[in-house]
Amino acid sequence: MVTNTIDVRGVAKKFGSNPVLKKISLQLPVGQIMGLIGPSGAGKTTLVKAILGMEKVDAGTTTVLGTPMPNRKVMQRIGYMAQSDALYEDLTARENIRFFAELMSVPKQDLADAIAHAAQVVNLNDALDRRVSAYSGGMKRRLSLAIALVQDPELLILDEPTVGIDPELRQQIWAELYQLKSQGKSILVTTHVMDEAEHCDYLMLIREGIALAQGTPAQLEKDYDVATIEQVFLKAGRLQDESHRNL
Amino acid sequence: MRVIAIFKRVLREMIRDKRTLALMFLAPLFILTLMYFLFNTSSDTVAKIGVSRVDTTVVKAIKNKHVKITHYSANATAKEKVREDNLAAFIKQKNGKLTVTYQNSQPSDSALVRQALQGGLTKIKVQALAAATQAQKKALQQQAKVLKTLVAQQQKVAVAQGAKAGATPGQSQQTKLKAPKTYSITSHYLYGSSDSTFFDTFLPILLGFFVFFFVFLISGISLLNERTTGTLTRLLATPIRRGEIITGYLMGYGLFALVQTVITVTFALTVFQIHMIGSVWLILLINFLLALVALSMGIFVSTFANSEFQMMQFIPILVIPQVFFSGLIPVDQMANWLQWIAHIFPLYYGGNALMNVATRGVGFAGIAGELGILILFAVLFTVLNVVGMKRYRRV
Repeated sequence: MVTNTIDVRGVAKKFGSNPVLKKISLQLPVGQIMGLIGPSGAGKTTLVKAILGMEKVDAGTTTVLGTPMPNRKVMQRIGYMAQSDALYEDLTARENIRFFAELMSVPKQDLADAIAHAAQVVNLNDALDRRVSAYSGGMKRRLSLAIALVQDPELLILDEPTVGIDPELRQQIWAELYQLKSQGKSILVTTHVMDEAEHCDYLMLIREGIALAQGTPAQLEKDYDVATIEQVFLKAGRLQDESHRNL
Repeated sequence: MRVIAIFKRVLREMIRDKRTLALMFLAPLFILTLMYFLFNTSSDTVAKIGVSRVDTTVVKAIKNKHVKITHYSANATAKEKVREDNLAAFIKQKNGKLTVTYQNSQPSDSALVRQALQGGLTKIKVQALAAATQAQKKALQQQAKVLKTLVAQQQKVAVAQGAKAGATPGQSQQTKLKAPKTYSITSHYLYGSSDSTFFDTFLPILLGFFVFFFVFLISGISLLNERTTGTLTRLLATPIRRGEIITGYLMGYGLFALVQTVITVTFALTVFQIHMIGSVWLILLINFLLALVALSMGIFVSTFANSEFQMMQFIPILVIPQVFFSGLIPVDQMANWLQWIAHIFPLYYGGNALMNVATRGVGFAGIAGELGILILFAVLFTVLNVVGMKRYRRV
């Protein structure tokens, strides 16, 4: 029985001589939403790629769905939404979703339903046959999310899913994430929007490649003796800077 | 099948991009047409001629700075010597009949030989004519002398009442005068016919070059885009194998390369009525292999470029030099070290094979070596690509 969908232990990564991740450990229990929070450049995307087995790490291990990464087959069970929209602009949205669904080995007879369902979640049904080059930034973001959802994965890894999406749709997306969670799916979300953090079951604050704090939002607020996650983050950051100076 | 998904996507993207399609299919036709009109003239090279039992006067007359003459024994056969020693032509004489066998794989060389031969024979005729006039002049003078003596004799006879009629001593001299020797020419062509042109030989190589160039550029830029827009990373976040991506690309662009070759070959054969001796299927096969090499090479090279402009910068380094060694300029006339360099370029083998099939009618067995090397090139770059993609995903 796998209890942790994602299990990262002591992962470290340097780009040249510049350390991006410093001994980070992370556990995502089954059926939970974990938020990876930190300013841009904190190492969130690198950590996500390390989890997917797409980034070579210098130290540590990552295990996803009980399988040590990198592993090609496990990819099929992960829905991944990259930070930048990786879409084929000359193709229509439907063709984009279909292409990735085929790569994910969605059975042919289920393709149409899977595409329709994924598009409906992100509210793109009406624009499915338009070319992506005619899409707005928000629409592209939603299409990327639809692609991540199309094969009905057990684990969703979403890198900044709500950037450029209006508040109303953001609510919708979060509602859908809860829905997925209730189906027993695990979700890892990165964001630098603090108020989204409150939606998560677990949070991990990451700054300069270091995991500053981990826990439920309520627990973190209690530990740092503040009212919001934003303040937790600021306080944790201050403490980190102070300890640097003390060194 | 994931390969099919990639293949279909490549086709779909390509068909949506009308301008690139036009570039791939119409640009070769445009350039061909231009070259057809540009290259129907010859240049000045030296053609090697072999001669056997040909009169020295003829050999001397043919000689000019565009031909190099080698003498062969009487029993040498034309076909053999032309092939063995790569002669542009071989001339044999039997009485007044000259038999010329042209190699004709470089029609410009054949043209040089024809010119030299025609020029030489005209020279001989003129010389003979001059000699004849001189002889006539001499004979005339002699006759005048004879006449003079005759007149004197007659006068003497008249005086001395001699009955001895003139025995005309000048006549024997006149018969000694030789009639100018005339030569007749029969021509044979080993490859092609008398109306093969420069263009005929260029064409197969050009076809190979077009395929190579466009496939190299388009596939390279396409994979580059895939990298810069992040779709390659996204692709590798699916269970797809790295080899499947490359194979899908090879199939997609391979198909376009094939269509391009068919269009260009058909155009050349029907509109310009090019002489193609060998099998059209072999031509297609060679071009397809060239496309695979270009494709894998383009994809490989694109990993060293960060933008489309940087991709273009590989053209003068990797594509243009190949033109020089593709056979448009005869490689066997280059300096030794240049000939060595030629061997590292795929287009050298492609060009050779195309030329052999199109102008010499060589069959599959004759070009198997070249085809094998092209396959090796394609395999080498494909393996490099599959390994190189490890940068994006470790498995």
